[in-house]
Amino acid sequence: MTRGSDTLEPWEVFRQEKPGDPMRHGGSVLAPDPELAMHYARELYGRRQESVRLWVVRRADILDLDDPDLLQPPLDRSFKKPGGYVMREKLAAAREAAGQAKPKPRAARKVTPT
Amino acid sequence: MTGGPVTEQPSEDAVLARFEAFVAEGGKVEAGDDMPDAYRSAVLRFVEMHANSELMGVLPERDWLMRAPTLRRKLALTAKIQDEVGHAQLLYRVAEDLGKSREAMVDDLLAGRTKFHNVFHYPTRSWADVGIIAWLVDAAAIVAQQALRDSSYAPYARTMRKICWEESVHIMHGRDIVVTMATGTTNQRDQIQEALDRWWGPLMQMHGPRTPRERDLDLRWRIKAKSSEELRQEFLTIYVPRIRELGLTIPDPVLRFDDDAGTWIYTEPDWDELRRVVTNHGPMSEERLAFRRSARAETAWVRETILAAPQAA
Repeated sequence: MTRGSDTLEPWEVFRQEKPGDPMRHGGSVLAPDPELAMHYARELYGRRQESVRLWVVRRADILDLDDPDLLQPPLDRSFKKPGGYVMREKLAAAREAAGQAKPKPRAARKVTPT
Repeated sequence: MTGGPVTEQPSEDAVLARFEAFVAEGGKVEAGDDMPDAYRSAVLRFVEMHANSELMGVLPERDWLMRAPTLRRKLALTAKIQDEVGHAQLLYRVAEDLGKSREAMVDDLLAGRTKFHNVFHYPTRSWADVGIIAWLVDAAAIVAQQALRDSSYAPYARTMRKICWEESVHIMHGRDIVVTMATGTTNQRDQIQEALDRWWGPLMQMHGPRTPRERDLDLRWRIKAKSSEELRQEFLTIYVPRIRELGLTIPDPVLRFDDDAGTWIYTEPDWDELRRVVTNHGPMSEERLAFRRSARAETAWVRETILAAPQAA
């Protein structure tokens, strides 16, 4: 009795290139069970010693969200990013009021002999 | 694909136009996304042909496994063959997600309903051919494959990044064989020159005839990034100097770089030969397909075992 090729299902493979790295999506394999999925993943994503860890996840178990209304809302969210704060002119005005010169860049100070 | 909810049913043309604008701006398509049927079949056809070529491409090299001159060469060739079969598996996986089973793809390949690359329809006459194939056939392929790392079909693009990394090792392996023989005995030098003479024609045909950009749907949909002529020119620019520095003669008296036009001038490749060969009328087409058919029959028990219902304990 065979299970037939319709029992094969896709498994997503994630791999870590070296300790401490994030797990990155590598690709997928088609397998009838987790054990074979892991064997295929090792063969296709670890054969060349390019991984120190592999994760294999049943594709059907992955929850997917790509709704732009939720993830990329068309609102000004610049206050959440460093680039959202532009203070060059205000800073210049503050220095002038305080009678202070603009500090030298840090790198330039480092090479100055003491 | 993004785009937000569709409130009314737009016409098929409107959907296609919107999709074309999306990919033209660099939009990427994932396996589960909506995509026009025409795009889906074009990507499938492209990836399937690529997968077939990886699978069939190991057969000429397989012939030399037991005749490799040293153990190290044998290990390297074995690893290359393993890589190429691995590429076939990665690519069939990408194609499967577009809706065609691996079973059906192998059926079509073995029945001659789908194609594989011209260069894999020819015999290998000597060990020098193995070097020329690994160096120059893989080089011509990698020029094309690098341009696929930014394909609009994202799962293919990601797979190509992995494949290109592996192919770069094959090129070094091939170049090392060629350089070794080019600095060897007179007999070895002659064999390398003869191999180059044999393979130059198929190499120049490999990227296919020039097609007008506007008529090439694979280009318009960004499935691929470069036309066949752009790829051939790029291949010549990189590899002609590397071939010539070894003292080898490229068997094309017309071949030269035209400074004014900024392009390589070459003898027109034999497009009739290309058409004959890729429709399985090449010198080794039938033999290689027959070998695949018998290998498939011999390994049927493996697939049946894997798909067999687990035994009750």
